[in-house]
Amino acid sequence: MSTIKDAALRAIKKPAELGPDLDISQYSRNPKNWEPCLLSSLPKDVLERALEVGVTSNEENRAATFFQIDHSVIFRAVQDLFENKVEIMSAKEALEKYDWLRDYWWKIVRVDADKYTALAELAWDQGYFIRILEDQHVTMPLQACLFISTDNLNQNVHNIIVAEPGSEAQIITGCTIHPGVQRGLHVGITEFYIKENAKLTFTMIHNWAQNFDSRPRSGAIIEDNATFISNYMSLKPVKSVQMYPVAYCKGVNSRARFNTIVYGSGNSYIDIGSKIVLQNEGSRGEIISRAIATDKAQICARGFLQGEHGGTRAHLECRGLLLSDEAMIYAVPELVSKSSGTELSHEAAIGKISEEQVQYLMARGFSKSEAESLIVRGFMDVGIFGLPKDLEMKIQKMLDITAERIL
Amino acid sequence: MWRTRRLRLARNILEIENLSVEVSGKRILNDVNLQIPNGEVHVLFGPNGSGKSSLIMAILGFPAFKIVSGRIFFNGVDITNLPINERVKLGINVAFQNPPAIRGVRLGDILNHLTPDKEKINELLMKLKFPPEFLERDINLGFSGGEIKKSEVLQVLAHNGSFIILDEPDSGVDVVNLRILGGVIKDALKGRSALIITHLGVILQYVNAHMAHVLINGTIACSDSPAKILGQILNEGYAWCEKCLQSRMQRCEL
Repeated sequence: MSTIKDAALRAIKKPAELGPDLDISQYSRNPKNWEPCLLSSLPKDVLERALEVGVTSNEENRAATFFQIDHSVIFRAVQDLFENKVEIMSAKEALEKYDWLRDYWWKIVRVDADKYTALAELAWDQGYFIRILEDQHVTMPLQACLFISTDNLNQNVHNIIVAEPGSEAQIITGCTIHPGVQRGLHVGITEFYIKENAKLTFTMIHNWAQNFDSRPRSGAIIEDNATFISNYMSLKPVKSVQMYPVAYCKGVNSRARFNTIVYGSGNSYIDIGSKIVLQNEGSRGEIISRAIATDKAQICARGFLQGEHGGTRAHLECRGLLLSDEAMIYAVPELVSKSSGTELSHEAAIGKISEEQVQYLMARGFSKSEAESLIVRGFMDVGIFGLPKDLEMKIQKMLDITAERIL
Repeated sequence: MWRTRRLRLARNILEIENLSVEVSGKRILNDVNLQIPNGEVHVLFGPNGSGKSSLIMAILGFPAFKIVSGRIFFNGVDITNLPINERVKLGINVAFQNPPAIRGVRLGDILNHLTPDKEKINELLMKLKFPPEFLERDINLGFSGGEIKKSEVLQVLAHNGSFIILDEPDSGVDVVNLRILGGVIKDALKGRSALIITHLGVILQYVNAHMAHVLINGTIACSDSPAKILGQILNEGYAWCEKCLQSRMQRCEL
């Protein structure tokens, strides 16, 4: 452990490769105190905010739940129906319970990657451990909420997700703040281990505030015949968010897919990308991103595919919709091929709302603004996430509200 | 010409008066006059680039098709300056030739807006032999030529407008689907008025049209019975119409 700590200490001043460099000393380390309680007894405004990021207090609809506010874990439970199928607990608890977890800790994300990973080691505030047990097909989504209730707080979580061989599950993680919170820094480390023949769909929804900063750092290792689908959605303004999660398709026929829907408004600075590294025969990767920028928002939409083995294939599709002349979208698709047997492709397109499309819809009786909001809504079509119908409908409803607000 | 004049006296669903239209400063329609009486089906012939589709865009009010002079009346109402969707609400429905694909906007979303009557949509799908799965598809995205025609006709008929404009419903469609589309269009035209653009007049095997017009260089060159005009075009091509137009213009100058 001391070597990890040493590495973190050495990196604590190291700026990240991308995104504005933050002075981490400006954030508070004094959280509010929250005692463990049932979700239903949480304040209404907390529950409403949680629901906006897909986390419901109606636990009947979730296989398992983890809820952290500031630095305290206030709730974690597996629904009776899913006992012995999944495990959910705080990362600290898990490290005490399982010695082997050390082999999963800081193994995909480097602790000395930058000052934020270092911070997550040196000032670690919980996070969750989720494990889907071998051959278990969990029919209901699991949920985790990382909530900030104190203004200007720094919250650093470290999550580990293990999908054991042959398992299948859906996880929703919502990161959000209390309506009274304006500023703060959330650092989230997440390491995914998708074992042979397992399938994990991970959906993360962020709702921050105009002066809030966020630095997620995630990585996944995907073994033989396993599939990892990562969905990310952010609709509210943020001061800055920068992340570039990576999936290593290590196993034969391993598959990774990143879907991203980002709506940048106000003065948001958003630098979001996804990387897939193809490392074995039959590995497949796909990155789909949709970025909408309005007001003065700046969005960098990155994508990186690297082929290191023959018989591999990956595609990157990045689309941007610019709704304001003061906004900016910067699409950066990158392909690196290190094997002649790898096929990598990308398409990137940025434009405004197409007049032709608007007029076509008007010719079907929609007003101009109805047509525009239908097109924007369609642009952010959550169908790309491949979620279960009920969840898809809920998320689509959130998107619809945003689409209505835009125009 | 005399015949057109006579029809002016009837109650027209569509009446275009001395319409001139520009696109990006270029004149594409010149002093077009066209009357379609209530309950009649008219056909519009013309070589490529003569302005047929432009005329439709102008009737619908697409902003790029700038009306520099003239007026358009629909059921006696001046619609020259109405937004597209207001014209549609009055009952004008167009099946486009090359509609744009829109990601994330499903055919079903549009149909739901056009009519609350799900039964009617199901019935139309059956008649068109159009699989219901298409309702969940992004509109026009990856649709084949025939699928686009069916989707367009489906949308037009879902709305129940009194006036239908079909832009080349018979081009790019195989024989089997043409028969299906022809049958559906024939049924739909009962009690409705329509303007149909066609190149080779194939659709006329299914539809009884009252009148045909030939558009040449942005101007209506002649109007007569569809059979007569189609016969001339098939025998002699549009050169005949051009000559006709020239001689008429010369007469006018005299």
